[in-house]
Amino acid sequence: MKRRHLLASAALGLGLAFSGAANAQMDKVKACFVYVGPVGDGGWTYQHDVGRQDVEAAFGDRVETAFQENVPEGADAERVLTQMALSGCNIIFTTSFGYMDPTNAVAAKFPNVMFEHATGYKRDHPNVSTYNARFYEGRAVQGTIAGRMTKTNKIGYIASFPIPEVVMGINSYYLHAKKVNPDVELTVVWAYTWFDPAKEADAAKAMIEQGVDVIAAHTDSTAPLAEAAKSNGAVIGFGQASDMSEYAPSPRVSSIIDNWGPYYVKRVGQLLDGTYESGDAWEGISGGEVLIGDITDAVPAEVKAEAEAMRDAIAAGSYHPFTGPINKQDGSAWLAEGQTAPDGDLLGMGFYVEGITGEIPK
Amino acid sequence: MLRLEKRPTPSQFWQYGTPIVAVLLTMIVGGILFAMLGKDPIAVIRTIFWDPIFGEFAFYLRGQLLVKAGPLILIAIGLALGFRAGIWNIGAEGQYIMGAVIGASVGLAVYPTETRLIYPVMVIAGALGGWLWAMIPAILKTRFNTNEILVSLMLVYVAETILAKAATGFLRNPDGAGFPGSRNFSSYKAASNPELIAGSGLHWGGVAALVTAILVYILLQRHILGFQIKLAGQAPRAARFHGVNPTRLVVFCMGVSGALAGLAGLFEVTGPAGQISIDFNSGYGFTAIIVAFLGRLNPIGIVFAGLLMALTYVGGEMAATNLGLPSAAIQVFQGMLLFFLLGVDVLSNYRIRMFMGAK
Repeated sequence: MKRRHLLASAALGLGLAFSGAANAQMDKVKACFVYVGPVGDGGWTYQHDVGRQDVEAAFGDRVETAFQENVPEGADAERVLTQMALSGCNIIFTTSFGYMDPTNAVAAKFPNVMFEHATGYKRDHPNVSTYNARFYEGRAVQGTIAGRMTKTNKIGYIASFPIPEVVMGINSYYLHAKKVNPDVELTVVWAYTWFDPAKEADAAKAMIEQGVDVIAAHTDSTAPLAEAAKSNGAVIGFGQASDMSEYAPSPRVSSIIDNWGPYYVKRVGQLLDGTYESGDAWEGISGGEVLIGDITDAVPAEVKAEAEAMRDAIAAGSYHPFTGPINKQDGSAWLAEGQTAPDGDLLGMGFYVEGITGEIPK
Repeated sequence: MLRLEKRPTPSQFWQYGTPIVAVLLTMIVGGILFAMLGKDPIAVIRTIFWDPIFGEFAFYLRGQLLVKAGPLILIAIGLALGFRAGIWNIGAEGQYIMGAVIGASVGLAVYPTETRLIYPVMVIAGALGGWLWAMIPAILKTRFNTNEILVSLMLVYVAETILAKAATGFLRNPDGAGFPGSRNFSSYKAASNPELIAGSGLHWGGVAALVTAILVYILLQRHILGFQIKLAGQAPRAARFHGVNPTRLVVFCMGVSGALAGLAGLFEVTGPAGQISIDFNSGYGFTAIIVAFLGRLNPIGIVFAGLLMALTYVGGEMAATNLGLPSAAIQVFQGMLLFFLLGVDVLSNYRIRMFMGAK
């Protein structure tokens, strides 16, 4: 019940679009999906499967989909991918970071099958593409709400693993909380898991005991929200990966929703009409891959308006969540006034921004 | 009325007959389950049991059976030794992880040295890693009389945490831009465990599993230690009179099963898996418990049981992808196998008698 979602690495040629091998039109496409969890997990895998259903709805008879859930990363993934390629899949989406090496290994053997790997950075073969979403954009919106809503000036973040994507989210969350509330302090707890309700609940409990009253999570279960719900409204949190609306209007005051449908529909459509090319995609709020779940009435109207303005500015491209001046934790300069973070810096992010206490585990 | 009547001695026929009956019952009840899910039961059963061996893609899948069965057999044989003596090592999953982590650490420490000595040293380190991890419950049991089931099981979660730490910390690929996961052994020749014959699926782990099966078979049949193990399980009191030292037996059985699980982990990480990643372990240590019982705790039986279990995995994946079966249904199907085996087992010790009339 663990999953990995990491970001593509700049070091390995971000934005370099390889020209894919498929360019003839196709009458029918078989699209296959490999999931790391069960489709009923209510989070990461569930959202990918919603995307798969979007593909079916969009193309009807012209597409056939198949999927395999609960596929362990490593040797099992390689076998599942090989079986899929052998059984006639034209395009295979591998939806967890740990499938990176198996995806590339199998892609080498099946040059006519297109492979799409979520959250990885290796594209060793012309038929491998990578894709991910700019979740840090959603963290900016959450940070804004957190900074405004905290009464104790202590906000928390349940982090999964010390990898760039998670660090990026923490930084974005903190920067935007601090922007609206200079006194805010951030507590980060490393859970070392993507999905472990017991551990996540413990982390939330520990933070609540320290006086934290807004908790964001980079882990997938609803346990932190369930823990917050015991506080009779004193502690709030956010839905992660899926909307988690069963905890609305409070403690869940908003959410980040992974929305893979638009990308899946686009890629399968391109394969059908012969315009498909391999490459690397990193879309965010503007591309519809990151959705901000409904901000509930537990949040005052002016805070809601401010958060929505943030969301809309990011969507319109007029605001980048990492806009200078921003210093690193050690005080050294990172971004100058008005400068926005290059994607490469984000994808390899291994430092906290100034103001966050504590260290990233090494 | 039906009545169970204890047999004077366990039935030889049912001893070997029960696994077959259990498999047949699993097929029938599993078929009913698949039918209730709206799938053609015949097609599903055929996809699971027939297609991987004789179907269209058998050329690839046959090899995969060996890949999947290798670690299961290796671990199950070790577990069976302990189970026979009444020593319950439930934490093979943790020993498997520690074997992989320690073996991989040794290999990666000398990267990129290319010499033939590296791999044998890694194999020893892997076995040692699993052995050490199994020694914790063994020593706690012999010194403080703790329950080895609980301790070994709990240590699985400790091992998983160490694994996460290794993948994100001390074994992380320095050229991997900060991403979790070690270097891939497939690109480090001296430390890798490739297929011995391309396409066969057979790597050193498979070879080790077969050799171990034979050695343990001999141990159990011909060696005094094998006799002591069997005696300790069947008649602990008699064993003590016979001069069996229970402490030594616990240390031996836990140690062997730990070392074999560690070996399986090492062969897996350097071979099919290729790298240490956050969730490198995929349940072999737990599945091996089923395999051990399915194989009647007999090394040769375990080889067949391991292959059968591998078949349900590989075929189950085919059924999931091609026929849209939920993966939980496959897991239920595999669980039924153990359930029916244990259930039907009653026949080897009891016979069923029809009982007519009043009491």
